[in-house]
Amino acid sequence: MNVIETKDLYKIYNSTQVPVHAVNGINLIIKKGEFTAIVGPSGCGKTTLLNLIGGLDSPTEGKVFVSGNDLCSLKSTRLIDFRMHNIGFVFQSFNLIPVLTVKENIEFIMQLQGRSRTECNQRVDELLEAIGLPDKKNHRPNQLSGGQQQRVSVARALASKPQFILADEPTANLDSKATNELLELMEKLNQEEEMTFIFSTHDERVMKKARRLVSLDDGKIIKDLSL
Amino acid sequence: MIWRISWRNIWRNKVRSLTVMMAIAIGLTGGIFLTGLMNGMSAQQANDAISLEISHVQIHHRLFADNLSAQFLIEDVAGKLEVIRKDERVRAFCSRTKAQAIASTATTGAGIIISGIVPEMEKEVTTIYSKIVEGSYFEKENKSASIVIGQKLAHKLKAGLGNKIVVTLQSLNGEMSYALFRVGGIYKTSNTRFDEMNVFVKSDDLNPVLGIDPSQTNEIAMLTASHEAAIPVAASLKSSFDKLSVENWRELRPLLVVISAMTDQFGFWLIVIILLALIFGIINTMLMVILERKHELGMLMAIGMNKKRVFKMILLETTMLSLSGGLVGLFFSILLMGIFGQTGINFAAWAEGLEAIGYSSFVYPFVSARFYLIITILVIITAIIASLWPTRKALKLNPAEAVRSE
Repeated sequence: MNVIETKDLYKIYNSTQVPVHAVNGINLIIKKGEFTAIVGPSGCGKTTLLNLIGGLDSPTEGKVFVSGNDLCSLKSTRLIDFRMHNIGFVFQSFNLIPVLTVKENIEFIMQLQGRSRTECNQRVDELLEAIGLPDKKNHRPNQLSGGQQQRVSVARALASKPQFILADEPTANLDSKATNELLELMEKLNQEEEMTFIFSTHDERVMKKARRLVSLDDGKIIKDLSL
Repeated sequence: MIWRISWRNIWRNKVRSLTVMMAIAIGLTGGIFLTGLMNGMSAQQANDAISLEISHVQIHHRLFADNLSAQFLIEDVAGKLEVIRKDERVRAFCSRTKAQAIASTATTGAGIIISGIVPEMEKEVTTIYSKIVEGSYFEKENKSASIVIGQKLAHKLKAGLGNKIVVTLQSLNGEMSYALFRVGGIYKTSNTRFDEMNVFVKSDDLNPVLGIDPSQTNEIAMLTASHEAAIPVAASLKSSFDKLSVENWRELRPLLVVISAMTDQFGFWLIVIILLALIFGIINTMLMVILERKHELGMLMAIGMNKKRVFKMILLETTMLSLSGGLVGLFFSILLMGIFGQTGINFAAWAEGLEAIGYSSFVYPFVSARFYLIITILVIITAIIASLWPTRKALKLNPAEAVRSE
């Protein structure tokens, strides 16, 4: 099943006098359960591509389909709702809500989705167990290490039971131990729950773990390797 | 959850939030206290006017008020008083003869209004007896008739206790009549103009001079259970005595009503202006908040917070911040009103000026519960207005860019 499909995707920025083709005609299909890394040098269009796939930005041309839904046809409110229900985000700088505890951060989206309290509590416990931080339930983000915070943000992304998780350079701010732990966690979730992961990275360690490597340069796919 | 986030967000930068709260609290306390002072002054003026001069309800001949002439009489006083006595809402009543006159001493003279009273009944209705500063209120029997005059008039006439005063007035048959009184008491109220104009003698001493019969009088005054009760009492007496003029205190002194209404308005606008100034402080703070949390807001929008929820979050944060300051302000105001409402504030330094325009120099500030409620609502409205601009700024953020901003 295709989770993501992009068709002739272009994103052109006209902010400078010379138009920048950040994404330059990308056709990409990602199937359920993939563990895909989008790689390439800085400025090659990794983040722009992830933003387009995540519905955070709209393409200049082309289409993005998520489970058959055309993201470009959705109005902004519907798009936000769509993101909430279908896409999990993991950001480079963790981006947890600092005033909420670990538990509250994880259940935040579920509450936005209108899930019941019992369901939220149960899912939070499950996820905390999965990321190996059940004892940090009532800690605030600033009481956790970077690696722990990123694991919580993976749990938050998973909480809404999305179709896939987009992770934009998730290990960029982590040391090697935390990077390994995070990758192991993502791999485990990918294998056990069949969760689809797409991450952008230029971290060798991440690339080694990926099962598909999509290399970009100048906004184009230059190599697509299944490992 | 959004409520929880908003509340906790306020305390992320404690110093900044507390600064805004203190500004609101101090602004409101100042505004409320000033309003309380003005209320206190105008209520004091109304209370003084009622307890010293006009009482709650007065009855006159229809033409009496036009020229204060003793010839416009109420007949069958005893019958009228009987009707009034039967009304349970009336707390006390008295009758007076009243005339314009000239009071003279050996040195000078002055225009006055002389009231012929029955001291025992008068004491039930007015509080002049408690304002005696020298002598007594018709307690000592003298050879010649006693007169109680205001301190201001005493100074003007250079008349001391026991001195003679000659009162010249026109009797009912149009002749000039004279009567000799000795100063038996000197009073002082907080209204020097009243003190200068009004003198009191026993009606038994005044009536023969005027040629008024004991069954006649010029004025019947009464106190009712409360200021408000005067209105229905006057209305029902109006129907009982349809040939006479029956007026409640609002009709007798429309100015008191105007002053009280003006004070209310003034207080309201004072608070509005203070809040208007505070809006800018709140906007500034909230704009800083948005700027600082760009990253976080972008993330929230990315993961699924829609515009409505972002708006709600910022609105709640602004409202909670403002309302916290507002509640502190209300708390201090209630505290100050509680203390000074009991002890009063003495503006002794300005006593002379205040008393010349009929205000007491001792003020008991107060504001109504309704006013506190209005202020609470105004603070909420202020917060809503103040949150609009910062919210607009937040909603304009592009989540993709905001998330990556450092």
